[in-house]
Amino acid sequence: MIERTWRVGVGARLFALTIIYSGESFKRFHLTLREIYFTGVMSLLIIVVSAFFVGMVLALQGYNTLQKYGSSEAIGVLVALALVRELGPVVTALLFAGRAGTAITAEIGLMKATEQLSAMEMMAVNPIARVVAPRFWAGVISMPILAAIFSMVGILGGYLVAVPLIGVDDGAFWSQMQANVDFRLDIVNGLIKSLVFGVACTMIALFEGFDAPPTAEGVSRATTRTVVISSLTVLALDFVLTSFMMVV
Amino acid sequence: MTTNIVEIDHLSFGYKGRLLHQGINMVFPRGKVVAIMGGSGSGKTTLLRLIGGQIKPSKGEVRVAGEVVHEQDRDGVYKLRRKMGMLFQHGALFTDLSVFDNVAFPMRELTDLPESMIRDLVLMKLNAVGLRGAHQFMPAELSGGMARRVALARAIALDPEIIMYDEPFAGLDPISMGVICGLIRSLNDALGATSIIVSHDVKETFLIADYVYFVADGVVAAEGTPHDLMQSTLPFVHQFVHGEKDGPVPFHYPAAHYQTELLSEQVV
Amino acid sequence: MDRTTIDLWVGLFVALGFAALLGLAMKVGNLTANKIGATYSVTAAFGNIGSLKLNAPVKSAGVVVGRVDKIEFQSANYEAIVTINIDKRYDFPADTFANIYTAGLLGEQYVGLEAGGDEVVLKNGGKIAKTQDAIVLEKMISQFLFSKASETDTKTTAPSAKDAATGVELKAGKSTELGDAPF
Repeated sequence: MIERTWRVGVGARLFALTIIYSGESFKRFHLTLREIYFTGVMSLLIIVVSAFFVGMVLALQGYNTLQKYGSSEAIGVLVALALVRELGPVVTALLFAGRAGTAITAEIGLMKATEQLSAMEMMAVNPIARVVAPRFWAGVISMPILAAIFSMVGILGGYLVAVPLIGVDDGAFWSQMQANVDFRLDIVNGLIKSLVFGVACTMIALFEGFDAPPTAEGVSRATTRTVVISSLTVLALDFVLTSFMMVV
Repeated sequence: MTTNIVEIDHLSFGYKGRLLHQGINMVFPRGKVVAIMGGSGSGKTTLLRLIGGQIKPSKGEVRVAGEVVHEQDRDGVYKLRRKMGMLFQHGALFTDLSVFDNVAFPMRELTDLPESMIRDLVLMKLNAVGLRGAHQFMPAELSGGMARRVALARAIALDPEIIMYDEPFAGLDPISMGVICGLIRSLNDALGATSIIVSHDVKETFLIADYVYFVADGVVAAEGTPHDLMQSTLPFVHQFVHGEKDGPVPFHYPAAHYQTELLSEQVV
Repeated sequence: MDRTTIDLWVGLFVALGFAALLGLAMKVGNLTANKIGATYSVTAAFGNIGSLKLNAPVKSAGVVVGRVDKIEFQSANYEAIVTINIDKRYDFPADTFANIYTAGLLGEQYVGLEAGGDEVVLKNGGKIAKTQDAIVLEKMISQFLFSKASETDTKTTAPSAKDAATGVELKAGKSTELGDAPF
């Protein structure tokens, strides 16, 4: 337990240092761009494909229930609200932890194990500014973008099932959605969530990499921990954020 | 200006109460190749980290170019480190960068040189270690000896005043070993730098070092020119230099009496 | 990886993100529907607002002319004070009637404005005097049930609501509170 608390403290210090040295890394923004390519662009495929299927399943299940009450037009609302409020940010964060988070942990863990970080320090190059900060900001920038793409693609998937397949009216699908999805309360809140998840997931991945024992076993354990801790943190944070965002 | 670029003064250092060094004194004169030798785990590499300011001593001090390392703030330490180049035990090349980019890394990070000049400098450094033709390779495509030479080219990228070598001969075949050995001496003389070698390979080290310190049990056990040490009658130095199995450094790790332990029923 | 291709991909990625956000805002969300320019606000007091929510539409003749801005409880006379923002382009007479309606049987509630005949128009900070409360479903149902009960009881062909109420009153014996309840 003390060990856990200790780790949280060290993680917090790493976070603070990352923020402090971010200025240095922003001067050379192409480093961050490179990391956006690795975390964001490379996660695009898995995000788009999962979103499409999640949207389709939501539409099918929603139709199944809604048609009992004769309101199958509300399918659009159901799909859109579920995606924009919850599934978009949360599933994106979970996939991100598995796809990009593990890559970050393994990379940093191995850089540490092979003394690359020490070498950098001895060259008077700050590893936090050069290695950690670009990856951190890349994650924070990529996550909301991925979540927005997830929600939009998911809604398109739901549309494909609802309108051409089930035969829900095209106009009713979109207009009901527009009437019930609020830009500020639903879409912006969803983006805020994914921004917070972005900070949490990336920071956990970076910390686990930094903290990994410099052995093959240590790095592989750290990678596993990244997925487990990120997922649990995302789900717990989701509850907290949702309860904060609830309009009484 | 002092003639010694690095001075270690009554230095003590330890982890969690266990002292690794207990009052070490060493001087590293400019332009010389100085070796620090000792058995595995005697804290040789830690000395390099103390010189580089990566860790702080418990007592005593390390002075680089007259400045006390552990009293510097972050900028001060970084300023001192710009005078240093370090070759890590396994090279520590950046695996996501090509050979060229690895050598260019310190130049790009720490200077504002134009890319065309960086290109020329990198090729010069690679030429010095004989690997100009390999500049497009990735580190994973290199042999151990080549990787070590690339790392050496990177360590001297900014013409440091002090070059530190952490086990430069470990795990190399005899040919690569000879190449590295020759490079250390020739680069030191060509750059007018000071070299600090941490090693336990007696033959190669004695070949190129001007002065050697032996570290054992946290203190400097012996020091002198390689020639003096070869003649040394100190039991520890004799055992180390001639690679004898038993001596003051026992073959056996301290343990209970052999027969008693074998005969006892106690589960280990 | 060549640096320029990475830039291209990242650019594409960010553009995709913005496109998705734009799609969410325009096609999915109510950002376009919400576009009311300058507004003026008026208040209306209701005895019961049902489940009227903040930001609920204010409609007149079925057209959205504003939004609910604030809902407060006034303890002086136990009323709900609803502040609504109305589009500056539309003027309403001072004797406009404000109702709380429900869209469909189970839909959300909105404020409906029915214009009166006054020459004076509502100004910013004005007050709508004539209001009608939200219809609460439970009340309606119990009212309906009582009238049905009295119908079968007295076997009159067309009982008025008052008859029904008195019918219940007679039958239940213990009476007056029950009869009062629906109204």
